[in-house]
Amino acid sequence: MEANSAVNKGNAVNVRDMIADKKRSRNLSNVMEKVMPKVLLVIATISILTTIGILFTLLTETIEFFQRIPFVEFFTGTVLKPLSQNPEFGVLPLLTGTLISSGIAMFVAIPIGLMTAIYLSEYASDKVRRIVKPILEILAGIPTIVYGFFALTFVTPILREFIPGLQATNILSPGIVMGIMIIPMVASLSEDAMSSVPNSMREGALALGSTKLEVTGKVIIPAAMSGIIASFVLGISRAIGETMIVTIASGSSKNFTFDITQSMQTMTAYIVEVTGGDAPAGSTIYYSLYAVAMTLFVFTLIMNLLARYISRRFREEY
Amino acid sequence: MKYVDTAQVQKKMNTRLLTNKIAKSLFFLSTLFGLIVLVVLIFRVISQGIAWINLDFLTGKLSNNPERAGIMGAILGTLWLMVVVAPVTMLIGVGTAIYLECYAKKSRFHSFIQTNISNLAGVPSIVFGILGLTVFVRTMELGNVVLAGGLTMALLVLPIVVVASQEAIRSVPSQLSEASYGMGATKWQTIKNIILPAALPGILTGAILSLSRAIGETAPLVVIGIPALLIPFPGSLMDRFTILPMQIYYWTIDSALVAEYANLAAATIVVLLVVLFVLNSVAIIIRNKFQQRY
Repeated sequence: MEANSAVNKGNAVNVRDMIADKKRSRNLSNVMEKVMPKVLLVIATISILTTIGILFTLLTETIEFFQRIPFVEFFTGTVLKPLSQNPEFGVLPLLTGTLISSGIAMFVAIPIGLMTAIYLSEYASDKVRRIVKPILEILAGIPTIVYGFFALTFVTPILREFIPGLQATNILSPGIVMGIMIIPMVASLSEDAMSSVPNSMREGALALGSTKLEVTGKVIIPAAMSGIIASFVLGISRAIGETMIVTIASGSSKNFTFDITQSMQTMTAYIVEVTGGDAPAGSTIYYSLYAVAMTLFVFTLIMNLLARYISRRFREEY
Repeated sequence: MKYVDTAQVQKKMNTRLLTNKIAKSLFFLSTLFGLIVLVVLIFRVISQGIAWINLDFLTGKLSNNPERAGIMGAILGTLWLMVVVAPVTMLIGVGTAIYLECYAKKSRFHSFIQTNISNLAGVPSIVFGILGLTVFVRTMELGNVVLAGGLTMALLVLPIVVVASQEAIRSVPSQLSEASYGMGATKWQTIKNIILPAALPGILTGAILSLSRAIGETAPLVVIGIPALLIPFPGSLMDRFTILPMQIYYWTIDSALVAEYANLAAATIVVLLVVLFVLNSVAIIIRNKFQQRY
């Protein structure tokens, strides 16, 4: 009634009406304003829950494992025979397998990746860089199973032509292929570090009469060192965690050896083997799966944290 | 004061320039190395597998007989996996990104989530497989079905979506949201109507990249125990399934027994690479076409 008369009188009260109306429709959006941050917070904590889930599952089963097999025996044992009558659980064969394959991978990836980064950042024209970088990234996007197939059916036969004693499954071929897989990662991270070195430093060195090689070696690489080292560490971490290439091409012999022509097993390949076979829940071999996974997790976590620390701590600010 | 000895500089100059030239070609060759390997790999796979790709191979069921084996089951399994991975990662990933970019204060908790996400990105995929095996397959008793595999993969690729969405949201210019606030819009209205639409190309690119990662990843599914048996085509979330990389895996390790399996594996790789190539092209097209410049 009042509102009706207000309309007749003029606009003044009408505005008040509009505000009231607005308030009513605001209620719904007010609810959204209050609810959405909380919903989103819950969603955001899922990543933390995932980490807790990983740690919890690994830890509980690993503790159970170490109640059966002493800690020292696990980390110093050179024999891994989980399925024999008197099972032995030494993780050293897996550790050497993992470290040797990662070592071979980095032996391939570090020089080639770094030289690629130098070429792209210091020598190549803009046009070349724009073409080559995406093509290299394709290399990084190829599924690892494809690399595994490539290692077993192509690289190993070729290597056997040159190395007569090479076994059909060996640690050398997957190591090399893993290195190829990691090249783009090392190259692109190092290139990022090197191109972020300010141009004035390049120009200063060039003006003093240095050649491009001298500029790169004496100015750019030292300045970009933290980023370059971080890319190496991340590469190693990637190689340690890589699964399919080694599972397919390095065989499953749990040899404790340093002979790269032999078949060796890595931690990741052991996990695949144990889960693939029927490890009855509650058996020691079942728990050994988690102990190995925990070791792998800790290794890669330390590597990743180290890479972050290096790139932060030693970053040169210009 | 001693002047520069020009003769001496001249003498050294040639060797220095030569070293530079040699180094340059060395750097160029190592760049070429990666590209050559890529060409060899693709050529090798195609030449071995192309003869086996035909309609029967694409639509056929799995078989122990290489002549009759097909990959329809793996293709359907891949599609079913995407049905789980795509919505789950989009919801969690974009939600996390919005929270971190728009709501969270720069507190300890914020940097804790952030550190946590970048650490998750560095966890080996096989560890996610063990998480999936323990939590989804055994504890929740889902079994090795589409849902369990999909959830595992979703957690694995989650960091990719979060980081991509964060970057997309961050790159929306602040004038846009300020204009929205200036018009009296609330925070959520601004996010919903202004920021998210503007960030959509970047978010979609990240989502597609994460999907293609999920399609190519094998290790977590091996750990979960995706069967090599001749299973029926999956028809629901609770069916057992296989995907293309798993098929490649089993055929590759069995190629020692039946030589033709290597060819089947190569043919499947060609199909997988084509799928990934198409997905990545779509991602690039979205990024280039729909990315507005402000």
